[in-house]
Amino acid sequence: MANSYYDPADLRKFGNITEWSEELGNKFFDYYGKVFEEGALSAREKSLIALAVAHVVKCPYCIDAYTKDGLQRGITKEEMMEAVHAGAAIESGATLVHGVQMMNKYNKLSM
Amino acid sequence: MAESIMPQLKKAAKKSLKARENELAYTSKQMEVLNGGLFADGELPLFKDKIAEIGHSPLRPKALEILQINVGYMCNQVCEHCHVDAGPDRKEIMTRETMEQCLEVIRNTGAHTLDLTGGAPEMNPNFRWFVEEASKAGIQDFIVRSNLTIIRANKKYHDLPEFFKKHNVHVVSSMPHYTRGKTDKQRGDGVFDKSIEALQQLNTVGYGIPGSDLRLDLVYNPSGAFLPSDQAAMERDFKKALKEDFNIEFHNLFAITNLPISRFLDYLIASDNYEDYMYSLVEAYNPAAVENVMCTNTISVSWDGWLYDCDFNQMLGLKVASKVKHIKDYNEEVLNDRNIVISQHCYGCTAGAGSSCQGTVA
Repeated sequence: MANSYYDPADLRKFGNITEWSEELGNKFFDYYGKVFEEGALSAREKSLIALAVAHVVKCPYCIDAYTKDGLQRGITKEEMMEAVHAGAAIESGATLVHGVQMMNKYNKLSM
Repeated sequence: MAESIMPQLKKAAKKSLKARENELAYTSKQMEVLNGGLFADGELPLFKDKIAEIGHSPLRPKALEILQINVGYMCNQVCEHCHVDAGPDRKEIMTRETMEQCLEVIRNTGAHTLDLTGGAPEMNPNFRWFVEEASKAGIQDFIVRSNLTIIRANKKYHDLPEFFKKHNVHVVSSMPHYTRGKTDKQRGDGVFDKSIEALQQLNTVGYGIPGSDLRLDLVYNPSGAFLPSDQAAMERDFKKALKEDFNIEFHNLFAITNLPISRFLDYLIASDNYEDYMYSLVEAYNPAAVENVMCTNTISVSWDGWLYDCDFNQMLGLKVASKVKHIKDYNEEVLNDRNIVISQHCYGCTAGAGSSCQGTVA
């Protein structure tokens, strides 16, 4: 066994998940492929959304994949970093908005 | 860890691999890399086995459409990805005598396109004479691959746009990106600004304007270890950015995949990207692209008159597998009855939508 949870070479093997569950695997990849096609949003815009989400869910495979995808699409590093900040802002906002819950609880418990 | 995310401060090389005596300047070393490692281990399939699956081994030519002539490896630029290993220090220049032999062929060929490349073809001292003579042959599409900066490099080249116009030359120019940073990183400092000036000059004489017969197409090569994306989407982005920022217009964008040879191979190995890049090429293999790879409709002529299946094979020293190997013995019929010489670099032309000097093929 590898002595690390993440191996960059595993990304290439992603498709192998269908081997242990062909139907669900194929349904997932069909869905995945469809999602990223040109639509009301361009494939380029969706690539940037994917990059932001990749950071928020902290998926190293997805970060590798969508940094490369962005480069292939001619997306600039400034655009990529702005997308990461958009993800980070929502993530930190999601933490901070819970501060209201803390304040409510604090106030309820305090005389 | 911190080191690997620091901006790369490496200066672009100023000399060719050949002048630096880099071992990858030798074609035998490049072939050793392409046939070894992943492919020798059987981890990735050989190109010949891959095309055999669809009945294309041996790969055979169709009717000849494009005669591509490399008039020399000298160039004013030293681009990091250059498959020619071109640069100011390269002295391989086509002589007038070889040009005469080429003209004889151009006058009699069945090909509809003549494609001059280099190096910077304009740096060949007989370039203008050759263009004047070749344009008289009545070839339907006469391409010169100009790197743009040459037009601004020296006063003697400033009038090239008018010269191209006079001979109805179809200008195809490299432009790696519509932003300064990416362009200069691949091609050297100042290349972006000079390229913009040259494009504006070409627009001024009528090149690239919608509806104009003066064709101006751009070539996009990825500036790194990744493949080009959808050509039409890239064209849209390039057109929008160049128009809005610089009021520049052009006709089509050709997205060309970097093949793992010469300086690009050196870059892939030095940046530890070689294996991943080969995986990307093999994973993106598209059988539909095999049908139309450019070696099936092109003959490439080197500065010294030897014949090759494509410009890439020329740089790898892989001459045509035919009795006719030199322009002085040119015979289209004999040449067309040959097997195309292939190796693992050919995966570069069959990845995704395929790649050729004319852009995607599938």
